[in-house]
Amino acid sequence: MGVRELISRLFVGEWGVHPDDHKRPAAEQPVRVMPVPARLYLPLQQHLGGPARPVVLVGQRVRKGELIADAQGMVSAPIHAPTSGTISSVTEITAPHPSGLTLPAIILDADGADEWCELQGCDDPFALTAAEIGKRVAAAGVVGLGGAAFPSAVKLTGAARAKVTTLVMNGGECEPYLSCDDRLMREQAAGIVDGIRIMLHATGAQVALVGIEDNKPEAIAAMRAAAAGVDTIQVRPVPARYPMGSEKQLIQVLTGTEVPADGRPADIGIIVHNVGTALAVRTAVREGKPLISRLVTVNGNCAANPGNIEVRIGTLAEEVIAFAGGLKGDGLGLARRVMGGPMMGMQIPHWRVPVVKGTSGILAFDAAEAAEQEPNPCIRCGSCVKACPMGLLPLEMSSRIRNDALPDAIDLGLKDCIACGCCAYVCPSKIPLVQYFVHAKGELASQDRAKLRTDATKKLAQQRQARLERETREKAEAAAKRKAEREAAAAAKAAAETSRTTT
Amino acid sequence: MSTQSLATQPIASPHAHGGNSVTRTMFRVQLALAPATLYGFWLFGWPSFFLWLLTILSCLGFEALSLKLMGSARIKVTLWDGSALLTGWLLAMTLPPWAPWWVAIIGGFIAIVIGKQVFGGVGQNVFNPAMVARVALLVSFPVPLTQWVAPLPVTSLAAPDFIHGLQIFLGNQATPDAMASASLLGYTKTELSRGIDLLHSLGGDHGALFSWAGTRAGSFGESASLLILAGGFYLLATGIITWHTPLAVLAGLAIPAAIGHAVDPTHYLSVSTHLLSGAAMLGAFFIATDYVTSPNTGAGQIVFGLGIGLLTWIIRTWGGYPEGMAFAVLLMNALTPVIDRFVKPRILGRDRKGKPLDIPESKGA
Ligand code: SF4
Ligand code: SF4
Repeated sequence: MGVRELISRLFVGEWGVHPDDHKRPAAEQPVRVMPVPARLYLPLQQHLGGPARPVVLVGQRVRKGELIADAQGMVSAPIHAPTSGTISSVTEITAPHPSGLTLPAIILDADGADEWCELQGCDDPFALTAAEIGKRVAAAGVVGLGGAAFPSAVKLTGAARAKVTTLVMNGGECEPYLSCDDRLMREQAAGIVDGIRIMLHATGAQVALVGIEDNKPEAIAAMRAAAAGVDTIQVRPVPARYPMGSEKQLIQVLTGTEVPADGRPADIGIIVHNVGTALAVRTAVREGKPLISRLVTVNGNCAANPGNIEVRIGTLAEEVIAFAGGLKGDGLGLARRVMGGPMMGMQIPHWRVPVVKGTSGILAFDAAEAAEQEPNPCIRCGSCVKACPMGLLPLEMSSRIRNDALPDAIDLGLKDCIACGCCAYVCPSKIPLVQYFVHAKGELASQDRAKLRTDATKKLAQQRQARLERETREKAEAAAKRKAEREAAAAAKAAAETSRTTT
Repeated sequence: MSTQSLATQPIASPHAHGGNSVTRTMFRVQLALAPATLYGFWLFGWPSFFLWLLTILSCLGFEALSLKLMGSARIKVTLWDGSALLTGWLLAMTLPPWAPWWVAIIGGFIAIVIGKQVFGGVGQNVFNPAMVARVALLVSFPVPLTQWVAPLPVTSLAAPDFIHGLQIFLGNQATPDAMASASLLGYTKTELSRGIDLLHSLGGDHGALFSWAGTRAGSFGESASLLILAGGFYLLATGIITWHTPLAVLAGLAIPAAIGHAVDPTHYLSVSTHLLSGAAMLGAFFIATDYVTSPNTGAGQIVFGLGIGLLTWIIRTWGGYPEGMAFAVLLMNALTPVIDRFVKPRILGRDRKGKPLDIPESKGA
């Protein structure tokens, strides 16, 4: 601990919170592989960016790994068939999406054969160029598996362009209850390390720092063993503190640098990837296999047999829970269903919601865990200020938002809020602070959109005006030209006649 | 934002809570006050117990009444959160232990109705309600509010029994002259004004040592400075308060006191006298740390605390009243919004002024 950190700890205190991690006993269970269910539901929007565009027809037979929806736009990711079978329909389903709205999805009936399409692997990824690796990762539909689901290839190729020097590998898994990354690091450390080396090669970064919270000693040991002898990969235990696995915080702790508020990590020579993503990159590049399954933690007081399950993308949460051992007392006492972690995950209305690429957990909470309580007035205790990892003033921002003073909230740093939930977690008055911030950001986005729309309308109107003017001008010019031609012709005629009469 | 639009949204994260609550916080503060309070009962007997009890009941009563008059649907929840109880308790700690019953009633009224509900209730008040009441009482009724009694442990023979205590409390019994006493700060102030310097007035049994044990005249809660300090450490250990405010208050008081005493010990009290007298400890750990009326950031709390300490020392030394903690707290309460405005935490990725940090040239994509 440097002097600066000591001073900042004394005077500013520690950001973040120390929730009960509830990771064990789920983290102790070896991964169980769930068989392919009869039907898979594949939302077209499983990632950040543009939704994928279906490239299959209803009734079409597909094989496992075949492309069924292609990436659309600069930031997007394709979707592949997680098993072989028949496309039964393309329709709207309840998907894990913060809006709570239904989303279009491809529904695939499995045929039970689970037969791969032709795959194009690569024995020596280090002979490939960065662009080729990027292309393979993009084609495999790999997205960040930590939760945000940002298309990985976009980050990788962007990094190569931005001259990134450091690759930060996120093995923090700071969310309570989740242990899928922990399990992955324990069981597949070699594959992850191989994936990291491929990423280093693709980005041109000199070193990879693997940050793992110190509450996962087994994962740290496994990763250290796998990375032994690879001097470009350093495994670095970090203190277990939420939100350690958040990009900006992990960068700060591992490298001591800060990402500028209006910049990206690449601007300071860093990119961050999740450890699970490294494994998916390796599989994509070496074996040519797209991302069609992932590890999901099933946990919560209502889960009868918590653990980590390898699940095909598109499997309903209902079936995952049933496979994991069902709910205690047939779901009696279930108070909240959560997809993702308890701090940043989303509540889902029922269990008939599919696992998508970014789903890290399925949590069945009883009333005590869900901690639903009536909010009380703010007592200005400042706990939220101390907990905020971004250095914001949650109490002030929320009071501005309550008073409809959105611009003031923005001045206070609303846009820097990462919605980590630390403030609401510690608030003794149980004020749903994040709810305020999410709402305000939504409001902001719709204002921005409305502005864009009026701007666009204005532009259209201007263009129309310009076109009309141009048309009148052109008409007038044409008329003038015709007139001039007519006059010239008349003059010529007259001249000819004159000459004729004179001759 | 209307509550309706919130209700129609899916419940936002987080889906877990740390378990802290207003009630729990207030309960812990009360727990921290308990030893000093019990010791106070022992020192000052039944009258002090009646005073304590009635002040708290008065605060609770006025809280319930105001909520009812305002048509609040949350009377029970609000009373249960313990904040009115704590206000009453703190006020009682700062009163002369044998103050009559009406002091408790009027004090409760001022604290809750004028100090808190007029501003809009929990979390909205600018000034510390207990201190508003304390100062208003002192200014309006200077005599009963400066009637100190010498401690008379309940076990001693001369101590008033239950009935006698009740009579004293109800004002049917004059305080026996033999028991009337002056607080240390009041005594030295009077003596100084009579031209008797500190070396002489504090000779003999007025050494600072016995104030450690707390057996001396003073307000109900100030005598047991050490127990208050212990309670303060409990609050620090449980994370209810941070070190910033108390340390700054004590430093703000101790530093000028040390300088003054070094320059002229005949006119300036020593550091230990300052720290162990009056409401210094109670103020530093329990009053200045009030959530609502103090700044929200550690740095802001340091400014705030230093201000309280310094003002307390100034008022004690040159002011018209022997004790200045309550005035100092109120003055700094008024500055809290200003401090909060100027002392903000630095946002990650931005400089102190809120501008984004520079993107290094070479790396810009
Ligand atoms: S204000 Fe935002 S960034 Fe700060 S603790 Fe709350 S949710 Fe996290
Ligand atoms: S934690 Fe809650 S009660 Fe405390 S200041 Fe923040 S919003 Fe107010």
